[in-house]
Amino acid sequence: MSHTTDTAGAGAGPMLAADGTPLKRSLNRALRRQKLRALMLIAPLLLFVLLTFIAPIADMLFRSVENQIVSDTLPETVETLSDWDHTTQAPPSETVYEALYFDMFVAAEAKEHTRLGGRLNYEMSGLSSLIRSSGRSLDDLGDDYLDALEAIDPAWGEGAFWFELMSGEGEAAEEVITARRRAVAQMTGDRLGGDTGFAPSAEIAALLPRTTRAYSDFAVFTALVDGDVVAEEDPWESVYVGLALDLQQADVSGYAGPGGDALRAAQADLDSLPLMPLSQFFDEEVDADWNDPEVWAVIQTYSPRYTTGYFLNAVDLQLTPDGVATRPERESIYIMLFKRTLFMSLTITLSCILLGYPVAWLLANLPSSKANLLMILVLLPFWTSLLVRTSAWKVMLQQQGVINDVLVWLGLVADNDRLVMINNQFGTIVAMTHILLPFMILPLYSVMQGIPPSYLRAAKSLGATNWTAFWRVYFPQSVPGIGAGSILVFILAIGYYITPEIVGGTTGTFISNRIAYHISSSLNWGLAAALGAILLAVVLLLYWAYDRIVGIDNVKLG
Amino acid sequence: MKLTQTLLAGSALALLGSAAAAQDMANEMTIVSWGGAYQNSQLKAYVEPYMAANPGVTVTWDESSSQAVAKMRAQEEAGNITWDLVDVEAADAIRTCDEGLAMEVDWDDALAPAPDGTSPEDDFGDMLVSDCFVPQIVFSTTFGYRTDMVPEGVEPPTGACDVFDLETYPGKRALNKQPVANMEWALLCDGVAYEDVYDVLETDEGVEQAFAKLDSIKDQTIWWSASAEPPQLLADGEIFMGSAYNGRLFSAIVEQDQPIGMAWDWQMFDIDGWVIPEGLPEDRLARVMDFLFFATDTQRLADQAKYISYGPARASSAPLVSTHADLGIEMAPHMPTDPNNAENTFVNNYNWWADHRDDLDAKFQAWLAQ
Repeated sequence: MSHTTDTAGAGAGPMLAADGTPLKRSLNRALRRQKLRALMLIAPLLLFVLLTFIAPIADMLFRSVENQIVSDTLPETVETLSDWDHTTQAPPSETVYEALYFDMFVAAEAKEHTRLGGRLNYEMSGLSSLIRSSGRSLDDLGDDYLDALEAIDPAWGEGAFWFELMSGEGEAAEEVITARRRAVAQMTGDRLGGDTGFAPSAEIAALLPRTTRAYSDFAVFTALVDGDVVAEEDPWESVYVGLALDLQQADVSGYAGPGGDALRAAQADLDSLPLMPLSQFFDEEVDADWNDPEVWAVIQTYSPRYTTGYFLNAVDLQLTPDGVATRPERESIYIMLFKRTLFMSLTITLSCILLGYPVAWLLANLPSSKANLLMILVLLPFWTSLLVRTSAWKVMLQQQGVINDVLVWLGLVADNDRLVMINNQFGTIVAMTHILLPFMILPLYSVMQGIPPSYLRAAKSLGATNWTAFWRVYFPQSVPGIGAGSILVFILAIGYYITPEIVGGTTGTFISNRIAYHISSSLNWGLAAALGAILLAVVLLLYWAYDRIVGIDNVKLG
Repeated sequence: MKLTQTLLAGSALALLGSAAAAQDMANEMTIVSWGGAYQNSQLKAYVEPYMAANPGVTVTWDESSSQAVAKMRAQEEAGNITWDLVDVEAADAIRTCDEGLAMEVDWDDALAPAPDGTSPEDDFGDMLVSDCFVPQIVFSTTFGYRTDMVPEGVEPPTGACDVFDLETYPGKRALNKQPVANMEWALLCDGVAYEDVYDVLETDEGVEQAFAKLDSIKDQTIWWSASAEPPQLLADGEIFMGSAYNGRLFSAIVEQDQPIGMAWDWQMFDIDGWVIPEGLPEDRLARVMDFLFFATDTQRLADQAKYISYGPARASSAPLVSTHADLGIEMAPHMPTDPNNAENTFVNNYNWWADHRDDLDAKFQAWLAQ
């Protein structure tokens, strides 16, 4: 290095390091290496935080827009329904009902339809049971058709015959089975690897498209989910329904493959089947609600893979087929809860400042023996379980509680008119102020300890009154502590839920109580994620505002 | 089909006896329950006897039933099922079944028949509210009141409707902070016939009517969310009357000797039972099915009633209910299903609530906050 200093002194050209590279680059390289080494040192922690903290949060928040379940469970229905115009107030066409029948049949076999029902029920009460009960009735139509088909030719009831018929001759339509496998895999969320051992012939696939679809679904399911051999199993009822539909249109007279005669016989005697359009089947045999355009409007509105629906719900709006609408006042709670959460968190923060400041001052200014004792008193509740402290407040504040008893004994309050201090906002504010107080006192204390007492003495010796000396000299120096304590307390308060749940009654609960409800009881994780995302955004916004107004550099934790 | 096969295999193994089947069964089992006196009753009535009969089997308890649905969903999404058997309320059984989180059970294959040969499906009867559900006990949400706070010269309250009668029975009330049960009681006590309650509740006017009735006591009501709260509120004299689970009231009255009386009329029946998480490996499933076969037979369910005042879910268990294990008192009069207590009962309509809970809950919370 001394060499480079010498050349620098010469002042000719760029400074060079010992190895001849320019000094600047050499320095940069050394710095970068150092930084890299530092980064590698913290890499385990960084990875840990990323994997266990950031990623799960991001994954959870992402649910607030996810809505794949509708198009994954009812892919064809969603596609055919996209042309339907909900303003006509008429149920959709027969094509949509056909798609619904075959989609729903697979979903019911995979037991995914109930999940879809739960999802759609968030948007319209009653859809859960509509879809659940529909899943049970789908077999009936196929059973009726099968009885009639078997009367024409008993072979229709045999799995082996079906397998031969559908496999046909000549070129196989592999793409059909691949497409069905992908659809089933998408719905169930399984990978579904392996061989189905079945592919429909191209001729059959063209001649009997619906039958092929239903049979392929059946084959995929039998082989890959249940692990059985396709040829040995009787096909699903939906296959018979598909056949009846296909035979009404297809011309099988020239089909020469296996089972061709049976097909022609069935077509000739098709009238012996109790044929009915699927729209009529859904309306009359399954549930008349399928005739309700509103049901279809909900499915259509919520068919995109991503939705703003949850976020709109979280701010008391709703997504309707005609756009965004306000929720009826009777059901609007979230805006009010957000406002209440912010207001109460601010109140708690303020009370913590008012109560914590004198304590912190005492801690910082008493002789250390007394200060240590005081410190233990501050920390003691900190080491006690949160639930115990909250329950203790119940004992203190309730109507037959300690405080009321004392007040009655003193004659300040009449026995039959005891104060209501719990199960309301007051209770939540008192209990949470107490619980969060150490988070205010500790940063205040550490900042105050750094303020030299000589400043106050100097101010007084220069003629300041006690108040002026405190307010103009001491207080401004303690502001970073207030800032740090306030941020800590406020952010902790805004996400609290145990304490408000126990002492908050109906008017003292927070938005986090609703989030907890949607996570653990109603299972509406999308809405919980949307509420959580909004809460996070509000905190970040406040943090940003705080930085702009007070300056985050002014915050000192110690 | 695969499911039934495994089920069949599971119960067949169970019938073969544990010795022969032991090598095919896992020796560890994680059972999820509610903790407290209820979990203890399960421990005494069937887990300890099962472990005595099958040495080497270890049981781990997880007291997470109150968050069971959310945790089962999380386990399923993570692809790591750590629970083997979960105790849930009927409504949660329906939900986990709908979500595909719980496995369907073929009762007649998997469970023991009654001693007289009645099939399990008939023995459990109406209790089988979901295909995934194996019921254990019937409990009820009913009312307790302070016997020393009943005004002089007045008959003590007898049931749910007395909670709305502030004139005869002044004082604070406690109700569960959710619409289920409260909405039904409000309508029932406002003159709606039992059969019509859910039809009325399905209309906007019906909901308004229920809220209007609840409005009459709203400012006198403390809303509870943890089941330990109402007995405590009664014991502290904070309230005159409150809804609570009957087993909690039983222990406050009989075990803690509090001056509390029961008002049974229009108690709301609810069912609690087992669900098996979907996707268990075969050896663990075999162990669970073996345990389930044992733990839900007629005698075991009757034994449970020695430790807690909840009625066994099997019809055949009822005559076998005897005395309290420690106190020696007859348990039958404390059972929600006892004829003297069950003159007017309300059976929760789970399927109706599965559909309307989200909707009514939003309305209920908005109403509470007003």
